[in-house]
Amino acid sequence: MNSFDLTKTTLREVNQKLQSLPADTNEKVWHLTNLHGEHACAVGLTQPIEVHVEGHIGYYCAGMNQKATVVIHGQCGVGVAENMMSGEVRVKGTASAAAGATGQGGLLVIEGDAGTRCGISMKGIDIVVKGSVGAMSAFMAQSGALVVCGDAGGSLGDSIYEARLYVQGKVESLGSDCIEKKMTPHHVEKLGRLLKKAGIEADPKKFKRYGSKRSLYNFHVDNVDAY
Amino acid sequence: MSDHSPFHTPPRFSSTFDQDAIAQIQRAAATGIYDIRGGGAKRKVPHFDDLLFLGASISRYPLEGYREKCGTNVTLGTRFAKKPIELKIPVTIAGMSFGALSGNAKEALGRGASAMGTSTTTGDGGMTPEERGHSNMLVYQLLPSRYGMNPDDLRKADAIEVVIGQGAKPGGGGMLLGQKITERVAKMRNLPIGIDQRSACRHPDWTGPDDLAIKITELREITNWEKPIYVKVGATRPYYDTALAVKSGADVVVLDGMQGGTAATQEVFIEHVGLPILAAIRPAVQALQDLDMHRKVQLIVSGGIRNGADVAKCLALGADAVAIGTAALIALGDNDPKLEAEYQKLGTTAGAYDDWHEGRDPAGITTQDPALAARLDPVKAGHRLANYLAVLTMETQIIARACGKSHVHNLEPDDLVALTVESAAMAGVPLAGTNWIPGQGKY
Ligand SMILES: Cc1cc2nc3c(=O)[nH]c(=O)nc-3n(C[C@H](O)[C@H](O)[C@H](O)COP(=O)(O)O)c2cc1C
Repeated sequence: MNSFDLTKTTLREVNQKLQSLPADTNEKVWHLTNLHGEHACAVGLTQPIEVHVEGHIGYYCAGMNQKATVVIHGQCGVGVAENMMSGEVRVKGTASAAAGATGQGGLLVIEGDAGTRCGISMKGIDIVVKGSVGAMSAFMAQSGALVVCGDAGGSLGDSIYEARLYVQGKVESLGSDCIEKKMTPHHVEKLGRLLKKAGIEADPKKFKRYGSKRSLYNFHVDNVDAY
Repeated sequence: MSDHSPFHTPPRFSSTFDQDAIAQIQRAAATGIYDIRGGGAKRKVPHFDDLLFLGASISRYPLEGYREKCGTNVTLGTRFAKKPIELKIPVTIAGMSFGALSGNAKEALGRGASAMGTSTTTGDGGMTPEERGHSNMLVYQLLPSRYGMNPDDLRKADAIEVVIGQGAKPGGGGMLLGQKITERVAKMRNLPIGIDQRSACRHPDWTGPDDLAIKITELREITNWEKPIYVKVGATRPYYDTALAVKSGADVVVLDGMQGGTAATQEVFIEHVGLPILAAIRPAVQALQDLDMHRKVQLIVSGGIRNGADVAKCLALGADAVAIGTAALIALGDNDPKLEAEYQKLGTTAGAYDDWHEGRDPAGITTQDPALAARLDPVKAGHRLANYLAVLTMETQIIARACGKSHVHNLEPDDLVALTVESAAMAGVPLAGTNWIPGQGKY
C-alpha cells in the first residue's frame, strides 16, 4: 500500500507524484493521511489509479480528474471534481458548493448532502447525490445527469440546456425554463443503471424528471421577464 | 408666393438627439429589443491621441535610429511560473474565441504572431488545433462559461488567462447568436446547434479574491507550476482589481479598456460601462508600485490600440506590453474597402461594419459559414498581421529612441504631456506647456 502523510510530505510533492505515475504503474492504490483541509488535493490526475483521501479536504479536490478514482473519506470544500473529464470521484461525507461544476464526464457520487450550485454548468458529467442539494443546483446545466435522492433547493435547473435532472424528494422551486418532464420506462431504466453504477440504493420509479422547456434557446422579446 | 417664411433657417439637428440617437430610438421602437453588435465603444472618449511625447532636447540625449539598439523584448510570468513567456515584441494578440472567429482567422492570427515572436490567446470556446498548431506561444483562457475547458489543453498551453471581465462589457457574459453555433462550435461548447448562446458572467466555482487565489493554486497544481497565470479584468476599478489580482497570486494582470472590441454585446453595454484605457493604466500601475510589484507582476493593457504611438504611450504609463484585438482583425482583412459592394448589401460600409455576431462577414473572419471562411487565406492574412506587428514595433522604437531609451520599457511618464485637462488628469502627466497635473497637488 502506498501512502502519503501530509504532515510529512507537501501537497506539491503528493500531486506531482500522483500526476506523474505512468499508465502501466503497479502502484495503483494510494492513501493520503493527516489532512488539514488542503486545497487542490489530487487534482489533474490522468491515470486509472485509486486515491483515498482519508479526512476532510478543501476546495477543488480531484479537480479536472481524468480516469482516476478518488474517494474522499470525509467532507469536502467548494468545487469537488470541478471540470472532471472521466473517472470516478466519491465523497463519503457532504460536499460544499459547486460540486462537479462544469464536469464533462465521469461519475461523481456524494453520499451525504451537497451545497448550493451542485452541478452548475455541468457538461456531460453524471452526479448522484444520496442526500439533498442546495439552491441553484444545475444552473445552466448543459448535459449529463444530476440525480438527487433527497430534496433540491430553490431555482433548480435555472436556464438549463440539455442536462437531465432526477429528484426523488421535494423541489423547492424550479428555475427559469426548467420544467417537469415525463418519466418514461426508458428514463427509469437509464436512472436505474446510473444508481446501480453509483452504488446507491433507491427505486428509480420514485423519481421525477426535470429538464429544459427550451423556450429560452433563441432570444424572443416575449420572454423578456425570464432573462 | 413661397410656402415658407423668408426667415426660414437651414434645418438644424440636435446634438442631443443626433442622427445616431434618433436611429436607436427608431430601431428600438420597431423591434422591441436592444441592439447587439461587435467592436468596441465608438463614441469619442479621452484616448492616447490626447498625449504627446516630448522627445529629446538639450537635457535629454536621443538614440540614433537604425544603429543604436532599442530593445523590445518582454518577459511575462517571472513571479511564480517555472516557464515564463519570452515575447520578442511588446504586442500580443488578445483572446478572441473560435466561434466568434473562423478557424482560418485563428490560424492566421497564430501565423502572424509566431512570425513576430509573440503570443496569441484562445477565447470563449476552447482551443482549436488550427490555433495551437500555428501559435508558437498560446495563452489559454479560463472563462466563466468553461466551454471546451480541458486539462489536456491546459497542459498544452504556454500560459493561462483567468478571465474576470472584458473592457467592452465588464460585468457581462459572452454571447454567440444561433447563426454562428454550427455543428463544430456546438460540439466544442457542448450545446445544441443553432441556439442563442449566452455564457455566464460569473465563474461557476469561485467568488471573490480569496477563492480566486485557491483557483489559481489549483491551476498551478494541475500544470506543475510551469505556466504563467494571467488575470484579465475590464477597466472599472483598476487600482483595486490590480491589487486583488496580485493578492490572488497572478503573474500577469491584463487590463482592457472600454474601447476594447467584443464579438457581440449590447450596444448600451459597450458604450456606457467601463473606463477608457487611458484612465485605467496609472491606477493599475500605482497598485503594482504600492505593492512593490511593478515589473514583477507584468501589466498588459488593451482597448483601442492602433499604432506604435499608442503602444509607446501605454509603455510610458507603466505597462509591460499591450494586446490587440480589433487592429489585428483589420490587419487580417476586416473592413477592407475592396469589399465595399458586399458591405453595402449588408446595409453598412467598409470601416463601419460591426455586425460580427451575424456571422455574414464578407472578409471571412467573424463567421462560421464555410464558404465565407474559405475566403480568408490564412497564410496571406498571417503575413499581413506580421507586417502590421512589425510596423507597430518599429514605430514604438522610433519614439523610444527619440526619447533616448535603449529599451522600450525605459519610456516613462516624464516623457509625456497631455493636450487636454481631462487626459492630463487621467494619465497623470502635465498639461502641455504647464507643470500642472490636474488632481495632484493643492489646487
Ligand atoms: C471578435 C472578438 C472576440 C473576442 N472574444 C473574446 C473572448 O473570447 N475572451 C476575452 O477575454 N476577450 C475577447 N475579446 C476581447 C479581446 O480579448 C480584447 O480585450 C479586445 O479586443 C482589446 O481591444 P481592441 O479590440 O481595441 O484591441 C474579443 C474581441 C473581439 C474583437
